[in-house]
Amino acid sequence: MRKKIIQVIGFFILRGCMYFVLAVLLLFLYDIGKKGGGAISWEFLTAAPRRGMTEGGIFPAIMGTFLVTMVTAVLAIPLGMFSAIYLNEYAKQTRLTRLIRLSIRNLSGVPSIVYGLFGVILFVNILKFGTSILSAGLTLGLLTLPWTITASEEALKTIPNSYREGALALGATKWQAIRTNVLPYAIPGMLTGTVLGLARAAGETAPIMFTGAAFYLPYLPKSLGDQFMALPYHLYILATQHHAITQVRPLAYGTALVLIALVLGMNMVAIIIRYRLRRKRRG
Amino acid sequence: MKKRGISRLKESAIKAFFFANGIIAILALIGIFGILLYTTIPAFREVNILKFIGSKTWDPTSPEKAEYGILSMIVSTLMVTAGALVIAIPVGIGVAAYLSDVAHWRVREILKPIIEILAGIPSVVVGFLGIVLFGPLIARLFHTSNGLNAVNGSFLLAIMALPTIVSISEDSLTSVPLAYTEASLALGASSWQTLVRVKIPAALSGIIASCMLGMGRAIGETMTVLMATGNARAFPHGFLDSVRTMTANIAIELGEVPYYTTHYYALFAIGLVLFIMTFAVNLIADIVLHKFQEREL
Amino acid sequence: MELKAKIETRNLNFYYGAKQALKNINIICAENRVTAIIGPSGCGKSTFVRVLNRMNDVISGIRVEGEIFLDGEDILSPKVDVVELRRRVGMVFQKPNPFPKSIYDNVAYGLRINGLKDRIRVEQVVEKSLRQAALWDEVKDRLRENAFTLSGGQQQRLCIARALAVEPEVMLFDEPCSAIDPIATAKIEELIQHLKQTYTIVIVTHNMQQAARVSDYTAFMMLGELVEFDRTEKIFTNPSQKLTEDYITGRFG
Repeated sequence: MRKKIIQVIGFFILRGCMYFVLAVLLLFLYDIGKKGGGAISWEFLTAAPRRGMTEGGIFPAIMGTFLVTMVTAVLAIPLGMFSAIYLNEYAKQTRLTRLIRLSIRNLSGVPSIVYGLFGVILFVNILKFGTSILSAGLTLGLLTLPWTITASEEALKTIPNSYREGALALGATKWQAIRTNVLPYAIPGMLTGTVLGLARAAGETAPIMFTGAAFYLPYLPKSLGDQFMALPYHLYILATQHHAITQVRPLAYGTALVLIALVLGMNMVAIIIRYRLRRKRRG
Repeated sequence: MKKRGISRLKESAIKAFFFANGIIAILALIGIFGILLYTTIPAFREVNILKFIGSKTWDPTSPEKAEYGILSMIVSTLMVTAGALVIAIPVGIGVAAYLSDVAHWRVREILKPIIEILAGIPSVVVGFLGIVLFGPLIARLFHTSNGLNAVNGSFLLAIMALPTIVSISEDSLTSVPLAYTEASLALGASSWQTLVRVKIPAALSGIIASCMLGMGRAIGETMTVLMATGNARAFPHGFLDSVRTMTANIAIELGEVPYYTTHYYALFAIGLVLFIMTFAVNLIADIVLHKFQEREL
Repeated sequence: MELKAKIETRNLNFYYGAKQALKNINIICAENRVTAIIGPSGCGKSTFVRVLNRMNDVISGIRVEGEIFLDGEDILSPKVDVVELRRRVGMVFQKPNPFPKSIYDNVAYGLRINGLKDRIRVEQVVEKSLRQAALWDEVKDRLRENAFTLSGGQQQRLCIARALAVEPEVMLFDEPCSAIDPIATAKIEELIQHLKQTYTIVIVTHNMQQAARVSDYTAFMMLGELVEFDRTEKIFTNPSQKLTEDYITGRFG
């Protein structure tokens, strides 16, 4: 009998933990949804800011985030996929391979501001890209790389070995086997992981703060060498540095809502792709 | 025959290409460390390294005597990290245990993606909520002027570390062999007893690794603490004090510091310290997890 | 000779979802006797024995119909405390499954979860159980070592000791020797003969010779049905059903 009482109490506590976390999440989403929703309008999404940010919209920030994420994707996706192909298809279980995997795991643990520091030195100063979409995008790309490698590798691992062996047994070279019999099936899974990685990159502030993001620009960026506005940085400034903080609070909420919608939207897409993939595999 | 020769060359080239990509991760890690180190060295020509780590005063722009002590920042970082873990570890393990042992599988399928949503919230948004939502709450609860202090930071960091702890701990718990669970139940143990006395001990390495990774995340977080902890430079005396972490300090000063001054180099030195700390924590987590996997086999 | 029925099943039917695994099983397991369940792969013998301590409850989608009486009480009734049932009806599994703990802690586990805190008493019961399982002499000097340092046969005897420690009334053996070597098997069979003096034993085995050696009563199952149930000597020398005879003589299975 005592066992049962302890179990009831114990499971109640566990359930409580879950409810606590759910409550916090719902609180977050509710607050942003409600107060941010009030600020959203067609103008907010499509117009440029006016009067020192107290009016107008955040379109340039949306554009900027989009552009910098593109650069991130261009760096992180191919590099990530190729690294994963090496690790899963070619590499043998040597010390070097273990070192590579260790490096990947450690790279994902490096603080985002340290990536920012690295980006300032390497891309802004040494390579002389200056503060620009390019510098920021490359910095974010490096940040996203461990994710895309890991996600791509996971996707490759799910392809049964029989696919590879079947192709080899018919006389294909290793690369042919990979290209024709593995990659086509792995690509959807790889995409899922990379989309998740890009979603994370889109929400990052510290790596872009000093490598190219600006609070207010009177014009849209025309090239990769220009500075840009970005949603996360915009939110940061509106929330902490603006001279009329309480006045722009609703705009901050609106920016937060757009940012969350973007990031969660990308997450949703990735989850749906993964879910569909699993259903197809099972069937 | 000639075709075979070219084809073999092509295969080797392709393999080399992929290999080059493969070692990029190592190069990147070494590169980051190397560049940080290289940019930090000039700082230590001016600043005594022991004073750097041991002094509480950080006042690089003072006209009389510039001070470069980061002890206050180290303590601040450790404070909010510890505060975060005090919340995140029990709650995280609790949620993981709930998902693995209590929840119906359908409920689990819905809740796991929801936890992932929590992980997907950008740190700047979490920091923002720290300002607008938790700040006033904490101010009212603890009777402080504003709610931007270590308590706020700890709570927010806990939320950011939770998904990591939950996800890896839950994986570890569900990987515990069914044979152990069956053996325990067959002896007349309740599910709770089985969870606490058999499953959690068996999954312990994975759980510990998850906590270390969560700790690494908390140490390295920038935006959240930048926005929600107040950023006062003074040495903190309690959790209700405003604190400035190492990450926040870099973010605050890097924008205005003149290039190539001692101050500039000192900021990179802080970055180096951060890199080493998170590297060490992640390395330990790795070793623990490795031991875990080895035992499984 | 008055034989008491320790376990009696009445019209027992069992379903995994839509698939019926047990059809109308009526068996009596006599107290202090060994009852063997034999039959070809997939005949339901493991399913049957796992219903006796309701281990199948952990699988979702199962359905049980009928009655199972333990000392006259129906253990399928929703009022029954399953946790206590499993203490009274112990089980040894096909593959030895010691916990990743020390030898001592493995045997002591059952005592601790039932609230026994007196260290001296725990030590006494651990020693007694290990002796009952004929393992004491082999492990008495290394009780603190990890259970996985034992051989397969020793691990299985450890699992037996562990099950005995909680002082059950019935011991269920689900193909206990299929994963261990012949010498260890012989030791365990000898063990079972001793144990029946104190416990009621039900053993599932795919090895007919083992059933003939070890049991007093034998039930032959096929495709979820009970084909024949009688004294072991009768089943193996003069079975009533042709199917039984065909299986015994190796015509199939």
